[in-house]
Amino acid sequence: MTFGTKTILKPTRREILKVAGAAALSMPFVSRAWAQVTEINMLAWYGHGEPDMVAEFEAANNVKFKPKYYAGGDNMLALIAQSPPGTYDLILSDGEFVQQLNAAGYIDEMNAADYPFDDMLHADFQKFPGHWKDDKLYSMILRGGHLGVSYNKNSVAAEEAASYKCFWKPELKGKVGHFDWHLPSLGMMSLYNGNGASLFDTGDAAWAKVMETTLSLRPQVGGFFDYGGTFNSLKNGEMQAMCGIGDWITGVLERDGAPVASVIPKEGGIQFTESYSIGKGSEKADIVKKFIQYMMSPDGQVKSAQMKAYPGFCVTKAGRAKLLEVDGKEAERSGQVDGNPNDPIALINEGRIHYRDIPKQQSLEDWNDFWSEYKNA
Amino acid sequence: MQIDHAQNNAPTARRMDLFALTWRMPIIVWQVLFFVGPLLFMVAMSFFLVKNYVMQETFVFDNWSKMFSRGYFRDSYFYTLFLATLSTISASLLAFPASFALAFKVSDSTRRWALFLLIIPFFTSYLVRIFSWYVILAESGVINGMLSTIGLGPYTMLNTKFGTVVGYMTLTLPLVVVLQTFSLANIDRNLVQAAHNLGCSPWRTVYTVIVPLAKTGLIVAALFCFILSFGDFVSPYYLGGSKPPTLPILIIDTTKSGQQWPRAAVIAVVMMATLITIAFAAITLAYRKRTSR
Repeated sequence: MTFGTKTILKPTRREILKVAGAAALSMPFVSRAWAQVTEINMLAWYGHGEPDMVAEFEAANNVKFKPKYYAGGDNMLALIAQSPPGTYDLILSDGEFVQQLNAAGYIDEMNAADYPFDDMLHADFQKFPGHWKDDKLYSMILRGGHLGVSYNKNSVAAEEAASYKCFWKPELKGKVGHFDWHLPSLGMMSLYNGNGASLFDTGDAAWAKVMETTLSLRPQVGGFFDYGGTFNSLKNGEMQAMCGIGDWITGVLERDGAPVASVIPKEGGIQFTESYSIGKGSEKADIVKKFIQYMMSPDGQVKSAQMKAYPGFCVTKAGRAKLLEVDGKEAERSGQVDGNPNDPIALINEGRIHYRDIPKQQSLEDWNDFWSEYKNA
Repeated sequence: MQIDHAQNNAPTARRMDLFALTWRMPIIVWQVLFFVGPLLFMVAMSFFLVKNYVMQETFVFDNWSKMFSRGYFRDSYFYTLFLATLSTISASLLAFPASFALAFKVSDSTRRWALFLLIIPFFTSYLVRIFSWYVILAESGVINGMLSTIGLGPYTMLNTKFGTVVGYMTLTLPLVVVLQTFSLANIDRNLVQAAHNLGCSPWRTVYTVIVPLAKTGLIVAALFCFILSFGDFVSPYYLGGSKPPTLPILIIDTTKSGQQWPRAAVIAVVMMATLITIAFAAITLAYRKRTSR
C-alpha cells in the first residue's frame, strides 16, 4: 500500500526516465496515427458539422470534419471569395446560391451517376434549378424545408393560420415576430399579395405593392430576431406568430412539447433547399463524394431529418421509408407520410410551394435597403 | 555655472529619457498596432468598394453618399444617441445613492465586500446575463408572475425600449457604482464636516459640496456608461427586439447583406467621431473648474 502510494506520488528518477523514454519513443507512432486522419473543411449552416450528423462517418472513415459555419448565402459567398482556392472541401449551400457558386468557379463538377437520382421523391429534385449547367451536375440536393405561417396554437386557430392575413389580427398587435432576413419575410408578403410563382420576380408596381403591404404589418411587429431570439420568443410566448420561418424552428420546439406549429397557408409557402457541392481544387474530393453518398443514403437522410439544430425533410424515397421505420413519430410530425395533408411533397405537387430565390428584377441591395427602412419604420 | 550644470546633466537626462521611453514603448506600440492602425484602416475601408463579394481598394465616396442619403441611417443614429443618453442618466441616478452609501455610510470592510460583489457580474458572459433576463421580463416571467398575484399585468417588457435600457443597466450599472464610489470615497471628509458645522443641511451638502468635489469621477463614470451603451449590440438586439435597430445592429445588417464592410465602416467611423466628440466634451467639463482655479 505504502509502496504503491509512494510510487504514484513520488516517482523515482529511474521511473520518470522510463516513462519519458517510452513517451518519446511512441511519439512517432502517435503522430503518424494522427496524420492518417483526414481533415475535411466544411462550409455550412450551423448544425451540419455537429456530431449527430458526422460522428458516425468520421469513425468509420478516419476523417475529421472542420466546420466553418455561416449565416446566409451572402455570408457564404463572401467567406469563399476571401479564402484561397481549395480552402473548403465540402460546401453546403442554399439552393438559390448554387448558381452563383458555379458562376464564380468555386465548385467542381460532380458525376450524377454517383448519386441516387432515380430515387428522388419529386421530379423537381432531379434537375433542381441552378444545380445543373449544360447538363452537368454541380450540386446535390440534400434536404429541404417549408416556410409559412408559424404560430402559437393557444392564440391562433388553425383556420386563421391558413392565411398570412392572420399576421394582421388585432389580438396579435406587438406579438408578431420576424426572422431577421429579408428574403423569406418579403417573399411571404409577395405571396400574400397574390404574386404566386413570381413572388421573387416582381416588376416595379408589384414590388411597390410588396413594400406597402409589408409596411402595413409594422404596427403588429414585436421584434426582429436571429435564430436564438426567434426560438426563445416563440418558446416563452413573447411572440405568438412568426413571419419568415417554418418547421425548421417550430419543429425543434414541438419536439420539446411547445404549443407551436407551422403551416403552409392558402397563398402558398416557400421552400428552402440545402445542397452539397465539392469545393473547387479540393484534394479530398473522393472522401467528400463518399460523405455526400452517405448523406444521400437512407441512414444519412434519416440523420438529416432528425438533425438536432433544425429539421429538414428527406428528398429520397428510401430515406423517407427509413425515417418512417426508425422514427415514425418524427415522420408523422413533419408530414413525411404518404397521405398526410402536410406532406411536403404533396404540397409541392399541389403547386403551393415556391422555391426560395433571389430577387429577379431588383438587387439584393434594394431588398436589404427596404428591410432596414422597414425595421426603422 | 548653470550652463555647466546643464551640460553635465545632459547625458544623464538623455539616459533617463531613453530609460523612460523604453518603458513607454510597449503601450505606444500596442496602441499604434491595435488602435491607431485598425482605425486608419477602417477610415480607408470606408472608401473601398465591394464587387462580387470581394472588397476592392479604391478611393470613392459612394459609401458615404449612400449611407447619408438613407433615412434609416439618420433615424438609427438619433435613436442610438437617445438610448445611450437615457441609459447614462438612468445609470448615474440609480448608482448615486448606492455609491453614496458605500462611500459614506458603511465600514471599510463592507465597502470592500460590496465592491467585490459588484465586480462579480463581469466574471460571467454578458450574453448569458442578457438571456437570463428573458426569464425575468417575459410575459410569463418572474415579474409578471408576481404582479399577477395582486391582479396586475401582464406587462410587455421584452422587445421594448425598457428592455433595452434594462440590458444597458446590466452592462453598465455595476461599473458606474464602482467608479462613483471611488470618486466619492476620495472626498476630503473635513470639507463635508465643515459644511455641516456651518449649518449646511444634508441635502445641500450633497449638491453643493459632495457632487462638485466628486464631479470628475461622476462625469467619467457617466462617460463610460455612455460609451458602452452607444456601442452595445446585445441589449438592443435581444431585449429590444431590434425595433428599431441601433447603429451597432445596422453595422451587422450592412455586413450581412452583400458583405458591405465599407458601408459598415462608414457607420463605425461616424460612431467613433461621435464618441470622440462626446468624450472630449465630457473630459473638458470634468476638469474645467479645477484647471481654472
